[in-house]
Amino acid sequence: MPVLEKGDTQIWRRRTQGQALTHWAAWLIGTAVFVYCWQQISEATTWFFVWDAPRIAGDIWTRATPPRWEYIAQLGRPIWDTLNIATLGTLMALVMAVPVAFLAARNTTPSKLFIRPVALLIIVSTRSINSLIWALLLIAIIGPGVFAGVIAIAIRSIGFCAKLLYEAIEEIDHAQVEAITATGASRWQVMAYGIVPQILPAFAGIAVFRWDINIRESTVLGLVGAGGIGLQLQSSLNVLAWPQVSLILLVILAFVVLSEWVSAKVRGAII
Amino acid sequence: MSNELHDLLGKGWKKQPFIKRAWLRWSIYAGFVAYLVAAFATIEVNWARVYEGLDRGAAFVMAFTRPDFVSRAGDIWTGMAESIVMTVAASVVGIAISIPIGLGAARNIAPLPVYLICRGIVAISRALQEIIVAILLVAIFGFGPLAGFLTLSFATIGFLSKLLAEDIESMDRAQAEAIRASGARWMQWINYGVQPQVMPRLIGLSMYRLDINFRESAILGLVGAGGIGATLNTAFDRYEYDTAAAILILIIVIVMALEYLSGVIRARVQ
Repeated sequence: MPVLEKGDTQIWRRRTQGQALTHWAAWLIGTAVFVYCWQQISEATTWFFVWDAPRIAGDIWTRATPPRWEYIAQLGRPIWDTLNIATLGTLMALVMAVPVAFLAARNTTPSKLFIRPVALLIIVSTRSINSLIWALLLIAIIGPGVFAGVIAIAIRSIGFCAKLLYEAIEEIDHAQVEAITATGASRWQVMAYGIVPQILPAFAGIAVFRWDINIRESTVLGLVGAGGIGLQLQSSLNVLAWPQVSLILLVILAFVVLSEWVSAKVRGAII
Repeated sequence: MSNELHDLLGKGWKKQPFIKRAWLRWSIYAGFVAYLVAAFATIEVNWARVYEGLDRGAAFVMAFTRPDFVSRAGDIWTGMAESIVMTVAASVVGIAISIPIGLGAARNIAPLPVYLICRGIVAISRALQEIIVAILLVAIFGFGPLAGFLTLSFATIGFLSKLLAEDIESMDRAQAEAIRASGARWMQWINYGVQPQVMPRLIGLSMYRLDINFRESAILGLVGAGGIGATLNTAFDRYEYDTAAAILILIIVIVMALEYLSGVIRARVQ
């Protein structure tokens, strides 16, 4: 225990001299990096606009209230599209995530050396790119619309679902698998009766969890033209129709809260 | 031999259904099929357009084999630097703010009024999408990385405070009690009784949030809030797929590096 001797009394200290020094140096470097980053941001900012911000915010607030309630009649179809993007996207992602997860899990992959790294690469690359970027790309390829949104959500979700699923597969109880194998079951039968029942609750939980996230993400996909309520948001912003913007934001908020409630209910029923 | 087992002998075995109640199972299946039919009926797919686009899709996939880091190197570098700067600054500020809010949102530490206020802040921050916050902040503060920095800080607060508060609520009471019994003041109590218990998880979550912030910073540029997103958007608009591929590869590599780093750090602190 690090102790400081002062005269003949001993004072307890948390760190030794060397530890304290490294600790201090780490803080110093961290602070320096932060200050440098802040300077970069500060240089790129027009401070006149920032000092003016409270007035602008007040101005936007007065323009945006009250929301234009009649506009809600036109939001039914976009909300339905948003729901479809999220749900169909999640379904497609799950269909593709299951084989990827089985190929990525250490205990089910056919080849640890070749196939597992490929599966992991698919997981990482689909996970690290945001659905808005996928949407941008898909719009350039297959044209704007709901379909591009569905595919964007699907691609983005593969990595997430497959990662959680392969972790669940790696944690299964091996005794059950062995018991099924001992009855003389084939590879596929072992999978169907030994592995799948063990991961089914995890699978359902992941599906609902991702669906909830996808509802949030699909509300903004329209900003780049991939369908859903984001399209209305974008067009209202473009013409500075702030009362419509505030109504759309309220609708999105209600929709997200509702989806969170549904997913919490379903997960509660499963687990 | 029990009667029950006797009845089962000689009969085939059937797999247990996932949902026990038959009526619930069948109505869920039926509702699901009905929904799928309705959903597919309303999606308009212009297959001719999709077919036309396949060439471009192939071109994009091919671009990944020969990404072009060079011809737009200046733009890529500026955008990436701005993204990283925004990520670091926003993570630091967000973590610094979320610690007091996380303390306030833990029911076993904070009094009820403070608890309700902090939980309210967390709920607002979590309910609003980053990109929507960014749109509003760009409208208020003007274009540039400041809006992106504020957006990411705001999003960090909701994420980190909630998880930190949950961790504090599930901490071991005995240790905190022991520190209090030694006559510690409130600050000392937090510092020696609570902080050591939640620190490993806080560090792990902070690293994870840094990773998320970087990924999010890549899209904030789409609405003018600074970062690599603007460069990426321009590359897509001009069909410069090789540049876009280079940017995406950079993002993937940085995310992988951050993930690896956070794995190492988490393994060390836990």
